Amino acid sequence: MSGDGLLVAVDSRVHRIPAQVKIVALFVFVLAVVSTPALVFWAFGLYAVMLVAAVVVARLPAPVVSRRLAVETPFIVFALLLPFVATGPRIDVLGLELSESGVLGAWNVLAKGTLGVVAAILLSATTGPRDLLAGLERLRLPSTLVAILSFMVRYLSVVSDDLHRMRIARESRGYVGGRAGHLKAVAGGVGALFVRSFERGERVHLAMRSRGYTGRMPLLSAQGASSTQWLEGLAISLTAVLIAVASRVVGL
Amino acid sequence: MNAIHVERLVFAYPDGRQALFGVDFTVERGERVALLGPNGAGKTTLVLHLNGILGSVAGGTGSGRIQIGGTDLHREHLPEVRRKVGLVFQDPDDQLFMPTVRDDVAFGPANLGLRGSELDDRVHEALVQVGMQDHADLAPHHLSFGQRRRVAVATVLAMRPEVLVFDEPSSNLDPASRRELADILAGLDVTLLMITHDLPYALQLCGRSLLMDGGRIVADGKTRDLLGDADLMSAHRLELPYGFNPMSVPGPEK
Amino acid sequence: MLRSGRNKIKNVRVHVPDGFFDAPTSIATGLIAAGAVGFSLQRANREIRETGPALAGLTAAFVFAVQMVNFPVGAGTSGHLLGGALAAALVGPWTAVLVMSTVLLVQGLLFADGGLTALGTNITLMGLITVLVGYFLTRAILQVLPRRVGSVVPAATVGALVSVPVAALAFTGLYAVGGAVDIPLGKLATAMVGWHILVGIGEAVITAAVLSAVVATRPDLVYAARHLQQELVLIDADGNTSSVSPDKPIAAKPARRALGVGVAVTFIVAGVVSLFASAHPDGLEFVGAKLGFESAAKHSAVAGSPLAEYGVSGIGNTEVSGALAGIIGVLVTIVVGLALAKLASLKADRAS
Repeated sequence: MSGDGLLVAVDSRVHRIPAQVKIVALFVFVLAVVSTPALVFWAFGLYAVMLVAAVVVARLPAPVVSRRLAVETPFIVFALLLPFVATGPRIDVLGLELSESGVLGAWNVLAKGTLGVVAAILLSATTGPRDLLAGLERLRLPSTLVAILSFMVRYLSVVSDDLHRMRIARESRGYVGGRAGHLKAVAGGVGALFVRSFERGERVHLAMRSRGYTGRMPLLSAQGASSTQWLEGLAISLTAVLIAVASRVVGL
Repeated sequence: MNAIHVERLVFAYPDGRQALFGVDFTVERGERVALLGPNGAGKTTLVLHLNGILGSVAGGTGSGRIQIGGTDLHREHLPEVRRKVGLVFQDPDDQLFMPTVRDDVAFGPANLGLRGSELDDRVHEALVQVGMQDHADLAPHHLSFGQRRRVAVATVLAMRPEVLVFDEPSSNLDPASRRELADILAGLDVTLLMITHDLPYALQLCGRSLLMDGGRIVADGKTRDLLGDADLMSAHRLELPYGFNPMSVPGPEK
Repeated sequence: MLRSGRNKIKNVRVHVPDGFFDAPTSIATGLIAAGAVGFSLQRANREIRETGPALAGLTAAFVFAVQMVNFPVGAGTSGHLLGGALAAALVGPWTAVLVMSTVLLVQGLLFADGGLTALGTNITLMGLITVLVGYFLTRAILQVLPRRVGSVVPAATVGALVSVPVAALAFTGLYAVGGAVDIPLGKLATAMVGWHILVGIGEAVITAAVLSAVVATRPDLVYAARHLQQELVLIDADGNTSSVSPDKPIAAKPARRALGVGVAVTFIVAGVVSLFASAHPDGLEFVGAKLGFESAAKHSAVAGSPLAEYGVSGIGNTEVSGALAGIIGVLVTIVVGLALAKLASLKADRAS
């Protein structure tokens, strides 16, 4: 797992919007989507069109987006089960007797979940980890939390590499996995990984103190976002809020 | 004047392992000293005492006396001592903890109170010293190991230390990176203490060596003499590389 | 919260996505999560000042990496770790809440994993409930076990075992309050808790194995057992031996209180959540049917489940009996856990 997250390193209008704007935009957009009644199909159509447009402007390759959609899989399974387990009046679809509210619920979870994931992909694919941290810092996330986040992001790849090397070491000595007797080997490795990570944490802290750390991390963010940038970044989200309000007022 | 003076230093780790059993040595200002010894001798533990990270000053279990630049190591001197003594860790990943190279090199000077253009200049100067000025905006995990080691040196140089302490500077480097680092080190005007298993590197850079084993200093002398003493070497699990004769190569003494 | 324990779906960490719960529930859990993180920041402040934010960050990176490991837990299946109870035992409850929240935040923002509006829900379930239930149960059980560092293994095993179904119960409770679709809550609760007792056993086995590996190499790192450490022996330059107490930056809390808090937290969570669940019309109807106030329980889907015997018959108030069912569920889990712990410590004694 790389420490870059899902970043697609190209230059685009979306990439250039300051991170704090994008985080707020994502949050507002998803909140608008979540508050839209499931039956207002046109609203979801509009959300999808806007998101696709943003993905195109951000010059994200379609395979990247669709591959990340896989994180949704377990909930698709859950959603597909809903028509069978939910209560209420039944309808007949292709010879299957399904619950009406279940079908609607499945649509609700699928539509909102998918829009949410695509929007989140848009953020993580256009924003580098450092910018994200700086954005969170500008949004007044407590500095201790920003510091923990920053260390986590920095050492994600280091710890994952450690883990990867341990697995290779185990497998190259004939470990195949699957048998309960091997639980001890895997868990022992993970225990050792914790000790390693903890000791690295101690050493990093020593390195920080060696360079004069006294409890305050230096600020990451340099400048704020201009109001034009805020407007540009929030354009889609504000439209989404209007749509959500309209969908509540107008209904179908 | 003494750059480092250590007297009867004793230390045990929180898990009960005792690492130092009474260490004494002195390093003069401007000297370059190699710290040799087998694995587990206590070398790293010793150097972590020099800027008060381990030991009784840091609330650890131990006793003894440490002087840096003639002043006793006390809790109230810690910030100053940590500026004076620059520590370069063995694993550059331990040292490079900020999101980008620039952030990382700026970390120390920013803690010293530098801001704005003064800070930028200090960062640039340190990166130029190790030849990494073109990589300032990269994340550490995008650098090669040798580049990370050099950036780690820059993070410490940016503090303008008087004493530079290295933990195995040449480990895991390819031959070209190893030589480039030696060139950088040879050009620095500081007191140098360097833990190493790379005996030719010790001979090339350091006129004097300390040999440590079992938590004590067991030998102290000219690097060439120590490396030439076959009995001493084998008693402490030290071996010269195949075909290397310490008597026939040039050292730092001209 | 739903976790796939089967071998086929590998490396999937399942988080609640956007749209799964309605907006008010998402906002409410968001507030709970923010409050919990704020409180933990305050409580962990001292630890973090001593050990540095790097340690918490590394622990978070560790949890993130370990959540992707497939553990063979027997019978051809493999399990994943949530890690809440483990993190709590290793670095303490408040730092662990921060660690788990950080992991979820990074997964949501950097890897588009788990919805942003559902972040509060995910933090509440996986970052708060598993950690607190796991930790306080661990401390509570340490009270009755022999006073040595090794006791933390069976204690945390029970903590881990109970923490998962309790979180599943909380998930069901949230679903009762703000689920987007009406599904019979009883069915959901039974399925979730039943399934998560199995997941919890996996979690417990993995937690025990990882903790014993840490106890074997660096016992001083286990936060929950810091107060059980032995004194150090120091030999000075002249060979004199002296005995000193290990430098423990943060002593764990006096444990008498932990016993009460642990039991209370578990019961309150279980009780309140079940109450919520049963307050829902469908849940009421179902719980009523299940408990035998209506003619018979016809829900065949439930008959074979582990919770099928949880009926508390003869109690007229369905809400009370719903809460009781939850508490009894937890009690049964604790008893099973204690039995496992007993077995584990017996085995450890024989081995040593």
